Amino acid sequence: MTIDWWLLFEISLAGLGTGGLYALTGLAFVMIYKATRVVNLAIGEMLMISAYIFFSFSAGMGLPIWLAIPGALLVSGAFGALVERTIIRPMLGESPISSFMVTVGLSSILVGLVELIWTADQQRLPEFLPSKPIQIGEAFVSPKIFYGFWTAVLLIALVLLVFRYWRGGVALRATASDQAAAYSMGINVPRVFSLAWVAAAMIAGVAGIVVGSIGGISSAMGAFGLSVLVVVIFGGLDSVLGALVGGIAVGLIEALTGFYLGGEYKILATFSLLVLILLIRPYGLFGTHEIERL
Amino acid sequence: MRIGSAKESYAGDAALFDSRTQYVWVCVLALALCAFPFVASEYWLYLACLVAINIASTTGLNILTGYTGLVSLGQAAFMGLGAYTVAILQIRFASPFILNLLAGGTVAMLAGITVGLPSLRVKGLYLAIATIAAGVMAHFIFSHFSLMGGSGGLTVPPAQFFGIELDDSFKLYWVIVPVAALMLLGAANLFRTRIGRAFIAIRDRDISAEVLGISLLHYKLLAFAISSFYAGVAGGLFVYFFRAVTPESFPLLMSIFFLAAVIVGGMGSILGSILGAVFMTLVPEVLKLIVGWLPVALVGGNATLVLSPIRTIVFGLMIVLFLIFEPHGLAEVWRRIRRLFHLWPFRT
Repeated sequence: MTIDWWLLFEISLAGLGTGGLYALTGLAFVMIYKATRVVNLAIGEMLMISAYIFFSFSAGMGLPIWLAIPGALLVSGAFGALVERTIIRPMLGESPISSFMVTVGLSSILVGLVELIWTADQQRLPEFLPSKPIQIGEAFVSPKIFYGFWTAVLLIALVLLVFRYWRGGVALRATASDQAAAYSMGINVPRVFSLAWVAAAMIAGVAGIVVGSIGGISSAMGAFGLSVLVVVIFGGLDSVLGALVGGIAVGLIEALTGFYLGGEYKILATFSLLVLILLIRPYGLFGTHEIERL
Repeated sequence: MRIGSAKESYAGDAALFDSRTQYVWVCVLALALCAFPFVASEYWLYLACLVAINIASTTGLNILTGYTGLVSLGQAAFMGLGAYTVAILQIRFASPFILNLLAGGTVAMLAGITVGLPSLRVKGLYLAIATIAAGVMAHFIFSHFSLMGGSGGLTVPPAQFFGIELDDSFKLYWVIVPVAALMLLGAANLFRTRIGRAFIAIRDRDISAEVLGISLLHYKLLAFAISSFYAGVAGGLFVYFFRAVTPESFPLLMSIFFLAAVIVGGMGSILGSILGAVFMTLVPEVLKLIVGWLPVALVGGNATLVLSPIRTIVFGLMIVLFLIFEPHGLAEVWRRIRRLFHLWPFRT
């Protein structure tokens, strides 16, 4: 059997496209985890809610796209702040399991809300990306995935730069490395917590709008979050680099197994990868191995 | 006012009930459970069976999560394994149902041990996510093996018990409730033995437990084994109760349901497993009633369409509210009520 290299290339490009979105969402996840030590199982649902807010701004109220996107992101950010203040803040100091379960509850609430307001049926977001197919050599790439990928790359670069040089970003990194020290240096740690959730909700919002415009939106969209979970476990919960590498890897593996074995093998492949990684490196590829003291 | 219970022997310390009053109340409860099927309607019997099945599975998860501190989101997968084992045995061999239930429990137990293996290296939430993987793989196995009926699932003939076909809730009640009661008794006694105490030590600090000479490998796997055995038996009961099983019968949401039941009831408490399972099973039914009562204008004409999202929201809200306001669950509420009566004239 000869391998059709162009076909393989084409599939890999598609995988790279979804991988970019995984990396972006993984970045949002890691940001929340680093700052607040909360494993946010509701990340997929936060993505979904932003896509639906965008949907009601653009299709429902008929706002132009350039207004609907920032609007949706602002509302998502406010929503992130609300979630942090109402249900994450009270869990401060509780066991990690409790705060994890709170996000499980949150995801259930969000799915219910979406079904109640917008019904469970699949909807289509208005088209706003160019629809001309992109050709690289002999390989064709769907324009949505192509532009989605570049949006993800640009945003990731932007976020990384902002958190490298902006004061708030430095505060966030300081909090992540040592809360007590950050506090005593005059950093307002509770505000950093809010900041992390707002920023993560907005990043997830961008990912949600792009994912929604590629595959449509439905109340089952949160399943995207499961793949993101694999991504961050693969890379390590507290590693930005890990989220990026993991995102691309999971995207590629999903695309390749989806094409060569069939769609239903996708999730099996990613979760087998997850188990394998956990057995070899329990803290992910780039995660910090925590040292326990008695 | 009771001020304490002095114990004079180790047997007294290990006893389940330390006063005669408790014995009397348990006997009253047992009698009430025996009388229940003769007075209750078919609907209430159905609910009672469902509650008993959920209690069995919740107790299993509480042993693992509440007592040993290993969070698992794979309980539904283990239930599914038990359910499929029972279904296949019943269809192929029509073997006695007690044997099938034990076999279902054993298969789930073996799977549980396999899933538990990473728990030695992987801790906390990494483990919880690894158990999601178990659920995904179980779903794949259920829907891709012809032995298991593919995506259509299996339909199971009713169980036989001394020639009587257990085909309605009334007859099944006499099987499901005793089995669940037996499992509860087993779990309650477990934490009065060396094994149970070891589980608690591991939950509180696993490294310290290891220093004390508790083999983590041995006891963590044992916790997984016992917990998934409970899940497997509960899954077997589930199959006899619904008489059909499909790959979609055991979604991730069901695992979350059991974890929620453990949290709502109270982690690390047998009473908590009972209260949590009862509460979580009955709330959707109560919601159904409430939505039925609501005026049509409020619901928008179609009550059934609104019901499912509202259930999902309330389910999530319950997890969140309990964790924020009552982290020790219903078992703590129960304890507070009892305290009120114990201290009655002095503290109100």
